[in-house]
Amino acid sequence: MSNAKDVTDASFQADVLDNGKPVIVDFWAEWCGPCRMLSPILDQIADEHAEKIDVVKVNVDENPAIAAKYGITSIPAVYVFQGGEHVASSIGAKPKQVIEQEFAEYL
Amino acid sequence: MATEAAESIRNVIIVGSGPAGYTAAIYTARANLNPLVIAGSVTAGGDLMNTTDVENFPGFPEGVMGPDLMEHMRAQADRFGAEIMYEDVASTDLSGDVKTVTLASGTTYRARSIIVSTGSAYRELGLPGEKELSGHGVSWCATCDGFFFRDQEIAVVGGGDSAMEEALFLTKFASKVTVIHRREGLRASKTMADRALADPKIEFLWNSAVDGYEGDGKLSGVKVRNLIDDSVSSLPVTGLFVAIGSDPRVDLVREQLELTAEGNIAVDGRTSKTSLKGVFAAGDVIDPTYRQAITAAGSGCVAAVDVEHYLGSLGATEESGAATAETASV
Repeated sequence: MSNAKDVTDASFQADVLDNGKPVIVDFWAEWCGPCRMLSPILDQIADEHAEKIDVVKVNVDENPAIAAKYGITSIPAVYVFQGGEHVASSIGAKPKQVIEQEFAEYL
Repeated sequence: MATEAAESIRNVIIVGSGPAGYTAAIYTARANLNPLVIAGSVTAGGDLMNTTDVENFPGFPEGVMGPDLMEHMRAQADRFGAEIMYEDVASTDLSGDVKTVTLASGTTYRARSIIVSTGSAYRELGLPGEKELSGHGVSWCATCDGFFFRDQEIAVVGGGDSAMEEALFLTKFASKVTVIHRREGLRASKTMADRALADPKIEFLWNSAVDGYEGDGKLSGVKVRNLIDDSVSSLPVTGLFVAIGSDPRVDLVREQLELTAEGNIAVDGRTSKTSLKGVFAAGDVIDPTYRQAITAAGSGCVAAVDVEHYLGSLGATEESGAATAETASV
């Protein structure tokens, strides 16, 4: 199970866009196998970089509006938001080292 | 610099955790060889983790979900004491009597034998814009992404079993699925082909290839080239699922093991023996032809038995090696 906070269509503005820190958003769903593989890796990143970045997740089944707004058509999709802007993304389940590399400037 | 694991030389390390890797783990664990399985951090369970119903694995008359089947295999390996690590291998040194496997985390493990069961990776079309449109219409995983294409028109490229599985699965969501295939006629098994051909939501574009993507930031269509008259037309789709086969994952061993013309790890006849002593290979990584869950499992069993014989021929393998650790040279 993931420790990341669940963010919804309703709370996305406050938790992500208005967040003072950069935020990693994990768009996922129950039926997505690779999402389950990725989840513990994002938990580790959250633990190790807690001071710099927040990690949250959005269940696309329950929150279709946010997924649609950002044109997400593949999950797992991991997006970084900073100052209310979508600044980086990574598609698919990838090893921790790869994600850390892709998001290096925010960690 | 890699840190050496503070432990003795193992009997066998298995790299990969699809049906081949887990079957090899079950057999070597039952043979008291204390296998270490490097399962992969996000690839554990292999390709079946991205499938739904598996209808042709013997023993499941009602079918079984791919991820459930892999969980059963993992649990069975675990029951007999296989040690499973959800990490990735960064490099290997397969020469010499003691092989080393270094993980992405830096830890190195040593063993007298290695089973390489790294499977295969989906082939990409490699067209301009593919990377940018991945996740915005271009996809390799119908079970993950079909959901996003409810009531939309989409396409699948490919003519094999995986392509038909994807197309059939996608009809649950999409209003229309166009299958784009290079030949006239499907490579898929008759069961899958008949099912797809009979599906009213699936249309076929034969003798056709995807030539390019349309859409800025989001896929809006694909350019389809007719391979007979070379004409190019535009097919408006919001999603394209690529299922044009896969290539054996040999990056970890490319410079060390003999490969076949097809790019698979070369093995000796019906065995799992590679060009290096003590190195065995199993599953899709050695198989250009059959590539089924059950053939991979069978191949994993072959590798486990070969490892057992190989270690037996070396003698003194009953204990997992503490007494002989000083023979390590690297």
